[in-house]
Amino acid sequence: MNSNDSLHFQYVVSKDDFTHAGSASSDVKNKLKMMNVDAAAVRKVSIAMYEGEINMIIHAYGGTIDVDIYEDRIVMCLKDTGPGIANIEEAMQEGFSTAPADVINLGFGAGMGLPNMRNNSDEFNIESEVGVGTTVTMTVYFSS
Amino acid sequence: MTIKELMDADIFTLLNDGNNHDTVLTGCYCCDLLSIAMGHAPEGCVWVTVMNNVNTLAVASLAECGCVVLACGVVADDAFLSKAKEQNITVFKTDLPVFDAALKAHAYL
Repeated sequence: MNSNDSLHFQYVVSKDDFTHAGSASSDVKNKLKMMNVDAAAVRKVSIAMYEGEINMIIHAYGGTIDVDIYEDRIVMCLKDTGPGIANIEEAMQEGFSTAPADVINLGFGAGMGLPNMRNNSDEFNIESEVGVGTTVTMTVYFSS
Repeated sequence: MTIKELMDADIFTLLNDGNNHDTVLTGCYCCDLLSIAMGHAPEGCVWVTVMNNVNTLAVASLAECGCVVLACGVVADDAFLSKAKEQNITVFKTDLPVFDAALKAHAYL
Protein backbone atom coordinates (compact mmCIF):
# COMPACT_ATOMS: atom_id res chain seq x y z
CA MET A 1 0.00 0.00 0.00
CA ASN A 2 1.27 3.46 -0.89
CA SER A 3 1.49 5.80 2.14
CA ASN A 4 -1.18 8.02 0.59
CA ASP A 5 -3.56 5.18 -0.25
CA SER A 6 -6.13 4.16 2.32
CA LEU A 7 -8.77 1.58 3.00
CA HIS A 8 -11.99 3.45 3.70
CA PHE A 9 -14.87 2.29 5.88
CA GLN A 10 -17.98 4.11 7.03
CA TYR A 11 -20.16 3.27 10.02
CA VAL A 12 -23.56 4.72 10.92
CA VAL A 13 -24.18 5.34 14.61
CA SER A 14 -27.74 5.79 15.90
CA LYS A 15 -28.87 7.78 18.92
CA ASP A 16 -29.64 5.70 22.03
CA ASP A 17 -28.60 2.44 20.34
CA PHE A 18 -26.73 1.01 23.31
CA THR A 19 -27.32 -2.54 22.11
CA HIS A 20 -24.90 -2.09 19.23
CA ALA A 21 -22.54 0.30 21.01
CA GLY A 22 -18.99 -0.69 20.25
CA SER A 23 -19.74 -2.69 17.12
CA ALA A 24 -18.00 -0.19 14.83
CA SER A 25 -14.97 0.00 17.15
CA SER A 26 -14.87 -3.75 17.39
CA ASP A 27 -14.95 -4.10 13.61
CA VAL A 28 -12.08 -1.64 13.19
CA LYS A 29 -10.11 -3.36 15.94
CA ASN A 30 -10.49 -6.72 14.19
CA LYS A 31 -9.41 -5.23 10.87
CA LEU A 32 -6.28 -3.71 12.44
CA LYS A 33 -5.39 -6.99 14.13
CA MET A 34 -5.76 -8.83 10.83
CA MET A 35 -3.37 -6.27 9.32
CA ASN A 36 -0.87 -7.03 12.11
CA VAL A 37 -0.93 -3.48 13.43
CA ASP A 38 0.99 -3.24 16.71
CA ALA A 39 -1.03 -4.02 19.84
CA ALA A 40 -0.43 -0.64 21.49
CA ALA A 41 -1.88 1.22 18.52
CA VAL A 42 -4.84 -1.17 18.32
CA ARG A 43 -5.63 -0.52 21.96
CA LYS A 44 -5.44 3.25 21.51
CA VAL A 45 -7.73 3.08 18.49
CA SER A 46 -10.18 0.82 20.34
CA ILE A 47 -10.43 3.19 23.31
CA ALA A 48 -10.60 6.40 21.27
CA MET A 49 -13.15 5.14 18.79
CA TYR A 50 -15.34 3.40 21.36
CA GLU A 51 -15.57 6.57 23.43
CA GLY A 52 -16.49 8.51 20.30
CA GLU A 53 -19.10 5.96 19.38
CA ILE A 54 -20.61 6.10 22.87
CA ASN A 55 -20.63 9.91 22.86
CA MET A 56 -22.59 9.89 19.60
CA ILE A 57 -25.08 7.41 21.06
CA ILE A 58 -25.53 9.30 24.34
CA HIS A 59 -25.30 12.94 23.35
CA ALA A 60 -25.83 13.30 19.61
CA TYR A 61 -28.74 12.74 17.30
CA GLY A 62 -26.67 10.08 15.54
CA GLY A 63 -23.99 10.38 12.91
CA THR A 64 -21.29 8.66 10.92
CA ILE A 65 -17.76 7.48 11.53
CA ASP A 66 -15.44 7.53 8.54
CA VAL A 67 -12.30 5.45 8.98
CA ASP A 68 -9.28 5.58 6.71
CA ILE A 69 -6.50 3.08 7.31
CA TYR A 70 -3.16 4.04 5.77
CA GLU A 71 0.11 2.18 5.80
CA ASP A 72 1.37 4.06 8.85
CA ARG A 73 -1.75 5.43 10.55
CA ILE A 74 -5.50 5.38 10.99
CA VAL A 75 -7.71 8.45 10.74
CA MET A 76 -11.15 8.36 12.35
CA CYS A 77 -13.61 11.14 11.59
CA LEU A 78 -16.73 11.16 13.75
CA LYS A 79 -19.41 13.53 12.55
CA ASP A 80 -22.78 13.97 14.23
CA THR A 81 -25.81 16.07 13.43
CA GLY A 82 -26.18 17.90 16.70
CA PRO A 83 -26.96 19.27 19.16
CA GLY A 84 -23.37 20.57 19.32
CA ILE A 85 -21.18 21.53 22.27
CA ALA A 86 -21.49 25.06 23.67
CA ASN A 87 -18.21 25.06 25.62
CA ILE A 88 -15.60 22.65 24.22
CA GLU A 89 -12.97 23.59 26.81
CA GLU A 90 -15.36 22.61 29.61
CA ALA A 91 -16.40 19.42 27.83
CA MET A 92 -12.77 18.35 27.49
CA GLN A 93 -12.17 18.43 31.26
CA GLU A 94 -11.88 15.05 32.96
CA GLY A 95 -14.96 14.46 35.11
CA PHE A 96 -17.20 16.94 33.32
CA SER A 97 -20.38 15.20 32.17
CA THR A 98 -23.86 16.10 31.02
CA ALA A 99 -25.00 12.46 30.79
CA PRO A 100 -28.56 11.88 32.05
CA ALA A 101 -29.33 9.58 34.98
CA ASP A 102 -30.46 6.61 32.85
CA VAL A 103 -27.14 6.66 31.01
CA ILE A 104 -25.19 6.91 34.27
CA ASN A 105 -27.05 3.81 35.45
CA LEU A 106 -25.54 1.93 32.50
CA GLY A 107 -22.06 2.77 33.75
CA PHE A 108 -21.35 5.81 31.58
CA GLY A 109 -21.19 9.48 32.44
CA ALA A 110 -17.85 9.53 34.25
CA GLY A 111 -16.78 12.49 32.17
CA MET A 112 -13.91 10.55 30.62
CA GLY A 113 -15.18 10.22 27.06
CA LEU A 114 -13.54 13.17 25.34
CA PRO A 115 -10.41 13.04 27.56
CA ASN A 116 -9.96 9.34 26.72
CA MET A 117 -10.35 10.18 23.04
CA ARG A 118 -7.74 12.93 23.23
CA ASN A 119 -5.34 10.92 25.38
CA ASN A 120 -5.43 7.93 23.05
CA SER A 121 -4.94 9.91 19.84
CA ASP A 122 -1.67 11.10 18.39
CA GLU A 123 -3.57 13.91 16.69
CA PHE A 124 -6.93 15.16 17.93
CA ASN A 125 -9.21 17.86 16.63
CA ILE A 126 -12.72 18.82 17.67
CA GLU A 127 -15.03 21.35 16.05
CA SER A 128 -18.57 22.00 17.19
CA GLU A 129 -21.40 24.38 16.51
CA VAL A 130 -24.53 24.47 18.63
CA GLY A 131 -27.54 23.47 16.56
CA VAL A 132 -25.36 22.05 13.80
CA GLY A 133 -23.19 19.27 15.20
CA THR A 134 -19.75 18.10 16.27
CA THR A 135 -16.90 16.69 14.24
CA VAL A 136 -14.00 14.93 15.92
CA THR A 137 -10.98 13.81 13.93
CA MET A 138 -8.46 11.46 15.55
CA THR A 139 -5.25 10.02 14.13
CA VAL A 140 -3.26 7.16 15.59
CA TYR A 141 0.12 6.23 14.12
CA PHE A 142 1.33 2.64 13.96
CA SER A 143 4.75 1.50 15.11
CA SER A 144 6.97 0.69 12.20
CA MET B 1 -2.62 -18.44 35.74
CA THR B 2 -4.79 -19.15 32.73
CA ILE B 3 -8.55 -18.85 32.39
CA LYS B 4 -8.76 -22.64 32.38
CA GLU B 5 -6.94 -22.75 35.71
CA LEU B 6 -9.32 -20.13 37.12
CA MET B 7 -12.23 -22.28 35.96
CA ASP B 8 -10.68 -25.33 37.61
CA ALA B 9 -10.10 -23.41 40.85
CA ASP B 10 -13.89 -23.39 41.15
CA ILE B 11 -14.06 -20.19 43.18
CA PHE B 12 -16.69 -18.56 40.92
CA THR B 13 -19.67 -19.90 38.99
CA LEU B 14 -19.06 -20.05 35.25
CA LEU B 15 -21.79 -18.29 33.24
CA ASN B 16 -20.15 -18.35 29.82
CA ASP B 17 -17.13 -20.19 28.50
CA GLY B 18 -15.43 -17.87 26.02
CA ASN B 19 -13.24 -20.72 24.75
CA ASN B 20 -10.14 -18.71 25.55
CA HIS B 21 -8.77 -21.21 28.06
CA ASP B 22 -5.12 -20.47 27.41
CA THR B 23 -5.37 -16.72 27.94
CA VAL B 24 -2.98 -15.74 30.71
CA LEU B 25 -4.58 -13.67 33.45
CA THR B 26 -2.42 -10.71 34.36
CA GLY B 27 -4.13 -9.36 37.48
CA CYS B 28 -7.43 -8.18 38.90
CA TYR B 29 -9.23 -4.96 38.12
CA CYS B 30 -12.27 -3.53 39.92
CA CYS B 31 -14.39 -0.79 38.37
CA ASP B 32 -18.01 -0.07 37.52
CA LEU B 33 -17.60 3.07 35.45
CA LEU B 34 -17.17 1.93 31.88
CA SER B 35 -15.19 4.89 30.59
CA ILE B 36 -12.72 4.49 33.43
CA ALA B 37 -12.45 0.76 32.73
CA MET B 38 -12.07 1.40 29.01
CA GLY B 39 -9.07 3.60 29.62
CA HIS B 40 -7.46 1.69 32.46
CA ALA B 41 -8.39 -2.00 32.53
CA PRO B 42 -5.15 -3.91 31.86
CA GLU B 43 -5.09 -6.40 29.03
CA GLY B 44 -5.68 -9.92 30.33
CA CYS B 45 -7.16 -8.80 33.65
CA VAL B 46 -9.88 -10.44 35.71
CA TRP B 47 -12.41 -7.59 35.65
CA VAL B 48 -14.66 -7.65 38.69
CA THR B 49 -17.76 -5.49 38.41
CA VAL B 50 -21.43 -5.20 39.28
CA MET B 51 -22.26 -3.59 35.94
CA ASN B 52 -24.30 -6.28 34.24
CA ASN B 53 -25.32 -4.73 30.93
CA VAL B 54 -24.05 -5.54 27.44
CA ASN B 55 -21.86 -2.45 27.33
CA THR B 56 -19.65 -4.07 29.97
CA LEU B 57 -18.93 -6.82 27.46
CA ALA B 58 -18.15 -4.34 24.69
CA VAL B 59 -15.59 -2.70 26.95
CA ALA B 60 -14.19 -6.07 28.06
CA SER B 61 -13.73 -7.08 24.45
CA LEU B 62 -12.18 -3.82 23.27
CA ALA B 63 -9.89 -3.54 26.29
CA GLU B 64 -9.02 -7.23 25.90
CA CYS B 65 -9.81 -8.14 29.49
CA GLY B 66 -9.15 -11.80 30.25
CA CYS B 67 -12.57 -12.44 31.76
CA VAL B 68 -15.42 -10.75 33.59
CA VAL B 69 -16.61 -11.59 37.10
CA LEU B 70 -20.07 -10.30 38.06
CA ALA B 71 -19.91 -9.77 41.81
CA CYS B 72 -22.43 -9.17 44.61
CA GLY B 73 -24.84 -11.70 43.14
CA VAL B 74 -25.90 -9.46 40.27
CA VAL B 75 -27.82 -11.34 37.62
CA ALA B 76 -26.85 -11.66 33.98
CA ASP B 77 -29.89 -11.52 31.71
CA ASP B 78 -30.33 -13.32 28.40
CA ALA B 79 -29.07 -10.35 26.37
CA PHE B 80 -25.88 -10.26 28.43
CA LEU B 81 -25.25 -13.99 28.12
CA SER B 82 -26.03 -13.95 24.41
CA LYS B 83 -23.55 -11.12 23.86
CA ALA B 84 -20.89 -12.89 25.94
CA LYS B 85 -21.31 -15.98 23.78
CA GLU B 86 -21.19 -13.95 20.57
CA GLN B 87 -18.03 -12.12 21.70
CA ASN B 88 -16.34 -15.21 23.18
CA ILE B 89 -15.94 -13.62 26.58
CA THR B 90 -15.59 -15.82 29.64
CA VAL B 91 -17.95 -14.63 32.38
CA PHE B 92 -18.21 -15.81 35.98
CA LYS B 93 -20.55 -14.80 38.78
CA THR B 94 -20.18 -14.75 42.53
CA ASP B 95 -22.15 -13.61 45.56
CA LEU B 96 -18.99 -12.11 47.03
CA PRO B 97 -18.58 -8.32 47.18
CA VAL B 98 -16.32 -6.80 44.51
CA PHE B 99 -13.20 -6.44 46.65
CA ASP B 100 -13.51 -9.90 48.19
CA ALA B 101 -14.00 -11.47 44.77
CA ALA B 102 -10.91 -9.75 43.40
CA LEU B 103 -8.92 -10.73 46.48
CA LYS B 104 -9.94 -14.35 46.05
CA ALA B 105 -9.00 -14.41 42.36
CA HIS B 106 -5.76 -12.61 43.09
CA ALA B 107 -4.72 -15.33 45.53
CA TYR B 108 -4.67 -17.77 42.63
CA LEU B 109 -2.75 -15.58 40.17
